[in-house]
Parts: sequence; structure tokens; C-alpha cells
Amino acid sequence: MALLLLTQLLNSLAFAMLLFLLALGLSLIFGVARVVNLAHGAFYMLGAYLGLVLTNALGNFWLALLLVPLGVGLLGVAVERFLLRGLHGRELEQVLLTIGLGFVIADLLRGVFGAAIRSVPPPPELSGPLFLGAFLYPKYPLFVLGLGVALFLAVRLVLARTPFGIQVRAVTADPDMASALAVPPARVSLLTFGVGTALAGLGGVVGAPLIALAPGLDAQMTLFALIVVVIGGLGRIEGAFWGALLVGVVDGFGRLFLPQAAMFLIFALMALVLALKPEGLLGRRVA
Amino acid sequence: MGKVNRRQLVKAGLGLAGLAVSSRFSFAIAQREEPIRIGVVLSYSGPYARLGQEITRGMELYLERVDYQAGGRRIQLLKEDEEADPAVAVRKVRKLVEQDRVHLLAGIILSSSAYGIRDYVHERQIPLVVANAAANGITRERRSPYIFRTSISAWQQHYPMGPWVARNVGKRVFLLALDYAFGKEATAAFKEGFLASGGEPVAEVYVPLGSTDYSAVISRIAAARPEAVFAVLSGSDAVIFMRQFVQFGLNRTVQLAVSGEVTDENVLEAIGDAAIGAKSGDHWVYTLNNSANREFIRAYRQKYGGVPNHFAVRGYDAMQFIVGALNDVQGDVGNKSRLLTAFKNAKIISPRGFVQIDPETNNATQHVYAREVARIDGVLTNRLIADLGVIRDPGK
Repeated sequence: MALLLLTQLLNSLAFAMLLFLLALGLSLIFGVARVVNLAHGAFYMLGAYLGLVLTNALGNFWLALLLVPLGVGLLGVAVERFLLRGLHGRELEQVLLTIGLGFVIADLLRGVFGAAIRSVPPPPELSGPLFLGAFLYPKYPLFVLGLGVALFLAVRLVLARTPFGIQVRAVTADPDMASALAVPPARVSLLTFGVGTALAGLGGVVGAPLIALAPGLDAQMTLFALIVVVIGGLGRIEGAFWGALLVGVVDGFGRLFLPQAAMFLIFALMALVLALKPEGLLGRRVA
Repeated sequence: MGKVNRRQLVKAGLGLAGLAVSSRFSFAIAQREEPIRIGVVLSYSGPYARLGQEITRGMELYLERVDYQAGGRRIQLLKEDEEADPAVAVRKVRKLVEQDRVHLLAGIILSSSAYGIRDYVHERQIPLVVANAAANGITRERRSPYIFRTSISAWQQHYPMGPWVARNVGKRVFLLALDYAFGKEATAAFKEGFLASGGEPVAEVYVPLGSTDYSAVISRIAAARPEAVFAVLSGSDAVIFMRQFVQFGLNRTVQLAVSGEVTDENVLEAIGDAAIGAKSGDHWVYTLNNSANREFIRAYRQKYGGVPNHFAVRGYDAMQFIVGALNDVQGDVGNKSRLLTAFKNAKIISPRGFVQIDPETNNATQHVYAREVARIDGVLTNRLIADLGVIRDPGK
């Protein structure tokens, strides 16, 4: 039993880190650009399929891991600059635009790659199990776990110490005041959108060997990211991190013990958080 | 308007009569020339996309062999995507029958689709050749004189495995299956023979069709430490399960004694050598030494490259069955009772061995084999380890 719990805990934590990558991007974008990017899951899918293609073409997973987020991030920048900027401040139109964009990306992927479910192998270096005495556990989820934690620490550092991080925090806190202090909100918003979508693309490359690619995954991932952000609190990366851990663990153990009710448990958790602390577990009360 | 005189009337009358004669004549010609339309409903998307592709390949392979001709008429396939969704299957079948006016229907991957369209094809009296769907009821309590199954029933394929696994693989077995008719009936059939031979299931777990992650199930298998896993999964579910089974290192400690769907050659291609040694029960084996199988493998290799699989065999045999019956009735699909009699008497010289339609149930009686994953002539496939005998579905 202890073995079962430990294995499933590790599975859940790996999935949680994947959710963290998604929620982090979503949360950053919302904080700075004030847009709930409902195409986030579609960017994840795009990253996953591009990762698959590049890994096969280059024969190297690590190069794909580097290039795909760049490509998806550039696309994100283009979307912000040419589609979203004109709608600045019109939230409903922005949300509708991102929903539509998500559909377009998902259907283009379906058109190009077909609707079959694709299972992606992990790179050879991370293939197979790790022997921890009598306990066997696959290497790949451990890699995802490590990557997630490293990224969390790195992003925290960037936000706390670098000029760009300080600008991001300034625009998140008060765009007008930031603008008055010569922080260019438009440029910060553009870059943040790029970073956020790049994180979704990274999530896709990293996530494909954990969760097989299937049509509909985009909507599922957007939903998960939204739930994490609602639970953790919008606009804070600590919220995204702890929210992702909570959702990952509830989902993992739900699927182990109550497979029929796993999704319900997550929604119940979200409803509970909304009832008791509407701004999210680590969210700030908006004045 | 002038008056119509007698001469004009006679002319018009003659003209009409001539028109009637000529059109009846051309109608007869048209029927000779008109191809026999076969509506093919298979999944080309979703978890079973690969199955649909392979069954279609098998069908086209056989039709090319006979030059798309049967009973002196041309054969035309009209393909529709079942999308692994029974509601879609019903819609597509109605479209094929009402809009495209097909003479026959073939295919059907999902058992629930077969159940969904059963009453419609029965009432419309459109012969349906089931080339994959395995739920027992299709040729038992829900059978119809218009429905034939050339593939295999869940009971036929999995019942003989029970005693064989208990005797040759292990007694403590973890049962895992897809949560719908096929998975449940296959597991029940396996247990029937397995329990009687002293086997003890350590757990029985059902998973939804089209899952994208099996890690929770794999954790349970690792903790239960069974001697073997009996799994009934197909398509992408089989690939994802096998891949994670290997990733978790369970292939080193737990044996696999699975449905033939799980070690299908398409799955093996994705898993690689880690699957070597996995045992399965199925109605076709790559190494079967008969001339039909050698010819089938050669033709498949030549057209598509790669290793064939039992889904391609199912498509190949479904068309062989249809073409044989159409030859018997000289292409006269209008005479239903003659066509149904031809179907009932059909014998298929199949790559899987000799297959005969059971006239009582319209289900194919055939051999079932125990197989083992091996690398043969450089390709990853299954080899024959035992013939479990000729199995007839009891029909109730």
C-alpha cells in the first residue's frame, strides 16, 4: 500500500508540474495584459505536436525542447501585437478572440496531424525505470518534476531581481502608475504574452510523453490551467505553483481511488476555494 | 392554343411508348453497368483510427486481387468515419443507405456501434458484414438474418485463453479491460475458463476508452505484484498502456498474457523490443504456415511495406467473404434471400486458417491461437506457440 501511495504521489506531482507550466503562463499573461487567454491549451497542443515533429526531424528531443518554446513564443508575440492589442481594455472581445484562436489552432492541428491519439516516447536518455532499491520508478516523470521546481525557482528569481521582472510586477500591480514611472506597459505586455505562450509550448513538449496527444486535449488543458489559477489566485506565481500541486494530487489520488469521480473532486475543490476565499488561496484581495 | 389533331396525338403516343421501351432497355443496361456499392463504416479518427486504417487496407488489398470485380460487376467502396462513437455510426449508416443507396454494409469497429445500427439494418434488410466489433450479443440475442460477423466474438477469442494462462503463465493475474461491452465480455469469458482451472484474479479494473494516461493503473499493478496481467485494450489505449508498462519497468517483473489486440503489430512498432515475450490469444498469427497467409503477407508487404496485423486480416477476409457470395449469386444483389443463403454457406480460406460461417448464428467459427511477441526475420511480431483449437461461439 505504501508503495502504491508513493508511486501515485510521484505520478501526481509530475502531472502537477505540467499544470504549473501552463498555469504560470496563464497567470503571467493575466497579470500584465489583463487577458484570460483561453487559447492557452491550444498553444500547449501546438507545442506538443511541433515537439513531436522536430524530435523526429532532428533526432534530438533536447533541441526540440529549446526551439519549440521559442517558436510558440514568437507566435504568441504576433498574436498580442496584431490581434489583441487593438482590443485593449475590451475584456469580452479579448476573451472571445482567444476562444476563437484556440479553435483555429486546434482544428489546424487536427487537419495536419489527423485525429488519431498519438503516444510519444520519452527521449532515450530518460527512457525506462530508475532503480531505488526495491522501488522502480520511470525516469521521465522525475525529470518533469525537477524541471517544474527549477523553473518555479528561476521565475521567482527573475521576477524579484531583474529589471524586466520588476517591470512585470509594476505593470501587474498598477499599469497607470507604472506608465507614469516610464515603464512601457505595451512592451512589457508584449514580452509577457510571448513568455506565457512559450511556457505553454514548453509544457506541450514536456507533457507529450506523459499524456498522449488527442483531439480535445487543448480544451482539457485550458480548463485545468484555469482551475489551478482560480484555486491558487490569479497573477501570482506562488499561487500557480501551490494550486498546481493541490490539483495534481487531488486528480491523481482521485483517479486511483474514485476513478469515476476524479473530475468532480477537482471541481468540488474549486467550488470550496471560491466559497471560502474567492480571491484564491494565495491571491490578493483586489481593492 | 390550337386544337390537337389526330395525327399529333398518334405521334405523341408513339413517342411516349418509344420512350418507355428505350428507358426500360437502358435501365436494364444500367443495372448491369452499375457498380455494387458497399458502404464501409470504420473509425478513421479517435482512439481506433489505426484500426480503421488497417481494416481498410486489408479490404482494398483483397479487392485489388480480384480487380474490384465480383459476379461480373464492379465493386465500389464508400467509406465513412465512425469516429468511435455509436451515434455517429448510426448517422453514417443512414446516410449510406438513404442517400448513397448502398447494397451492402461492412466494417464497424465499436461493439456499441454494431448494437446501435442493428435494428436499422435489420428493418431495412441491408446485409451487414461486421469486420471487427466483438460484442457477443451481435450474433447471440441481438442477431439478425442480415448481420454476419467474419471477425470474432469476445467470448471466442478470450474464453480459450483462461485455462491456457492458468496452466502456462500463472495463477495470480491482474485483470484490466476497457469499460464497455467488448472489454467486459472479454474479461468475463476469460474468467470463466480461468477460474475453472484454478486461477485467482488479484484485481479487476476497468478504464474508459480513449484514456491518455495509464499511470494510476500501472501503480496499482506494481503494488499488487501479480504473476501476470491480462489486459483487454485496443488501439491507442493498448499503445499507451504498453509504453507506460515498460517505462515503469514492470516488463521485468510481471508477465503479460493479454488479448491479441494489445500485442497487435501496430502496437509493437511503437513499443519496440521491450514487448518481446508477451503472450496473447488471437485468431491470426504472423507465423501461421498456410499458403493463404504467405500470399497475404507478401501482398501486404508489397503494397504497404511493414508487417501486417490482424486488423488488416479482418478487412481482407470481410471482402473475401463478400466477393465470394457475390460471385455465387452472379452479382444479383437484388435477390436478398439468394444472397443471404450464399453468405450462410460461405467458407473462407483465410490467412488465419479455415473459417466457416455458423449458419445458426452467422458468426465465424475458427481457430484461436496462443502467441508470443518475438523478433522474426528482423521484424517485431507474434509467433505461434499453441493452437487452442477450433472455437465456435455457442450463440447464447
